[in-house]
Amino acid sequence: MTAKPPTADGESPRYVAWSEDAALAAIRSLPAQRGPLLPILHALQGTFGYVDPRCVALVANELNLSRADVHGVLTFYSDLRTTPPGRVRVQVCRGEACQSVGGRALAEHATSSLGVAFGATADDGSLTLDEVFCLGNCALGPTVSVNGQLHGRVQTAQLDRLIRESAPNGDRA
Amino acid sequence: MTTVYVPRDSSARSVGADEVAAAIELRAARQNTVVEVVRNGSRGMMWLEPLVEVVTARGRVAYGPVTSDDVAGLFDAGFLDGGAHPLGHGVTEQIPWLAEQDRLTFSRVGVIDPLSTEDYQAHGGLVALRRALAMTPQQICDEVTASGLRGRGGAGFPTGVKWRTVLDAPGIEKFVVCNADEGDSGTFADRMLMEGDPFMLIEAMVVSAIAVDAREGFVYIRSEYPDAVATMRAAIQTAYQSGWLGPRVLGSDHDFHLEIRVGAGAYICGEETAMLESLEGKRGVVRAKPPLPAIEGLFGRPTVINNVLSLASVLVVLARGAEFYRDFGVGRSRGTQVFQLAGNVARGGIVETAFGITLGQMLEKFAAGSASGRPIRAVQVGGPLGAYMTPAQFDLALDYETFADAGAMLGHGGIVVFDDTVDMAVQARFAMEFCAAESCGKCTPCRIGAVRGVEVIDRIIAGDDTAANFTLLEDLCELMTDGSLCAMGGLTPMPVRSVLRHFSEDLYRPKGVQ
Ligand SMILES: Cc1cc2nc3c(=O)[nH]c(=O)nc-3n(C[C@H](O)[C@H](O)[C@H](O)COP(=O)(O)O)c2cc1C
Ligand code: SF4
Ligand code: FES
Repeated sequence: MTAKPPTADGESPRYVAWSEDAALAAIRSLPAQRGPLLPILHALQGTFGYVDPRCVALVANELNLSRADVHGVLTFYSDLRTTPPGRVRVQVCRGEACQSVGGRALAEHATSSLGVAFGATADDGSLTLDEVFCLGNCALGPTVSVNGQLHGRVQTAQLDRLIRESAPNGDRA
Repeated sequence: MTTVYVPRDSSARSVGADEVAAAIELRAARQNTVVEVVRNGSRGMMWLEPLVEVVTARGRVAYGPVTSDDVAGLFDAGFLDGGAHPLGHGVTEQIPWLAEQDRLTFSRVGVIDPLSTEDYQAHGGLVALRRALAMTPQQICDEVTASGLRGRGGAGFPTGVKWRTVLDAPGIEKFVVCNADEGDSGTFADRMLMEGDPFMLIEAMVVSAIAVDAREGFVYIRSEYPDAVATMRAAIQTAYQSGWLGPRVLGSDHDFHLEIRVGAGAYICGEETAMLESLEGKRGVVRAKPPLPAIEGLFGRPTVINNVLSLASVLVVLARGAEFYRDFGVGRSRGTQVFQLAGNVARGGIVETAFGITLGQMLEKFAAGSASGRPIRAVQVGGPLGAYMTPAQFDLALDYETFADAGAMLGHGGIVVFDDTVDMAVQARFAMEFCAAESCGKCTPCRIGAVRGVEVIDRIIAGDDTAANFTLLEDLCELMTDGSLCAMGGLTPMPVRSVLRHFSEDLYRPKGVQ
């Protein structure tokens, strides 16, 4: 048997609840590097699933930056979120190549069937729906990513199935 | 033992390559056949993915597109000996779609195990670096300049000239940065190269560092590419262990440290100065030029920034000579371009070929028409800031100058095909919507202009005072083109104007009918 390639596995990531200790541990787990702010914010989001606004002062303090600087960066990048994500992250490609093969209809189906707008999280916390402009799968669209795992040539029925199957036990049964 | 290749490329995985690999291993185990499944990159024939290849006496034999349900039938047909099967395509390298390309930068992608240093060296890896180590930095820059290589990230600036500027710039330290943000929709070549031949990018970064006397480098990869990030990280670790990175690279006097940085979902961070800001830990806001990054770049130091494909091409230049490379192409577009056929195409994927092939040849010979079987109506070339081309323009040669003269651009080589069901008013609106969403906000023509552009096109779509709004849109395009700081606001009018010029029939709508 061959080794599994180092790739996204489509599993729901496991996050820990916010605590100052866990936040400081995440910040300090990174090796010293130049321009550390974005890697640190990624590490915090990787730990908690989002960057809690309480992290801003901690990061500012650790890096000797102003809170305004940290807040400014946190709010600039669309990947970085300040509220907890749903248990499954679904990204639907809205790029032109996917549009040319039915991507618009798929995007509309996603928002209407899930009752969740792009950028929003379902009320029951089961899922976060995001739009994305290209996932690099433009010859096999329409493309959707579920917890980082790509799916190509996705039709509406397949999207429904992917979301159902990716749900952790008990969700959206 | 038989060796079977099943790609680990994320596009191949998006249509079931992992399941196919697992099914092959399961069936082989059940019948006590020893099979080694190697997870290679993709050959770039996306319409055949998952493409399974079996090593036989005739060479590698291809089957595709294979689903896990096909695996039992393949075993029964004796595919492990290259047996005939309806999904069979014969010897991979003889498939005309592949054989008719000039695979220079993509020569190893899909062929080797991406993380095998043995495979890499057995297929020409490190030849360029060894040669570079025997040259002076000036000689390297001169050779790259002589090849005629121009940047593949979109702007087409001569790579050798850029390197020479950084080499000559005074500075106590210098940096090399690889732009792997690949934000353009319809493009995926950088991703495939990183997933399928990651050591190539590492080797090229070392060469660029030697050429400009830098000791530190960064690869900035967009977060939308988790597989590329994981593969590059694994390759960098191996490269350190192998002495290809770190102190005294390959036993030479050169030290080089390389790091991966991951973006955070901002298209504008593909613009080189916004990328530098992002690497420094700031908002990805575009810097005014001058100073050029080559003079004052990362942390204020002289910095080379190159696209993945530009760097990959440099290795071809050094390994095979400037003349060899320059002999491909036409006019001032030398070498090969890695085109990416995407969207509504029957045969999508990577077409690496010399500049100069016409758009029409590309669509007929390689794309083989639309996926839907309907007539092709529009083709967007060069990403979201590129023009929509009409069939009347299909005889244009794919080279920088011909496209610029036609009010279009090649950009990063993306070719996105639409059939005759496309509504071009909606595509024009999307160009403005995208700019409004991704503008860094620094200048008004882009930040406000794009929002206004969406509103004006909405009125046109609603059939409101079309002629007046048409003029308004023209004026707005002119303002954005002339008054924007960078090409985000400056080029968004390109697709919009191409619709105004070539597809205006879609803009004149009766009032009330949307
Ligand atoms: C809005 C915008 C987005 C860009 N995105 C990318 C990108 O994703 N990848 C890239 O290589 N270059 C991109 N560029 C071009 C870079 O600014 C720069 O020209 C390029 O990285 C230089 O490398 P090259 O000379 O090797 O092409 C972008 C430019 C603009 C204005
Ligand atoms: S044109 Fe747009 S993206 Fe470029 S600097 Fe101005 S506001 Fe920023
Ligand atoms: S446009 Fe959808 S994956 Fe590229």
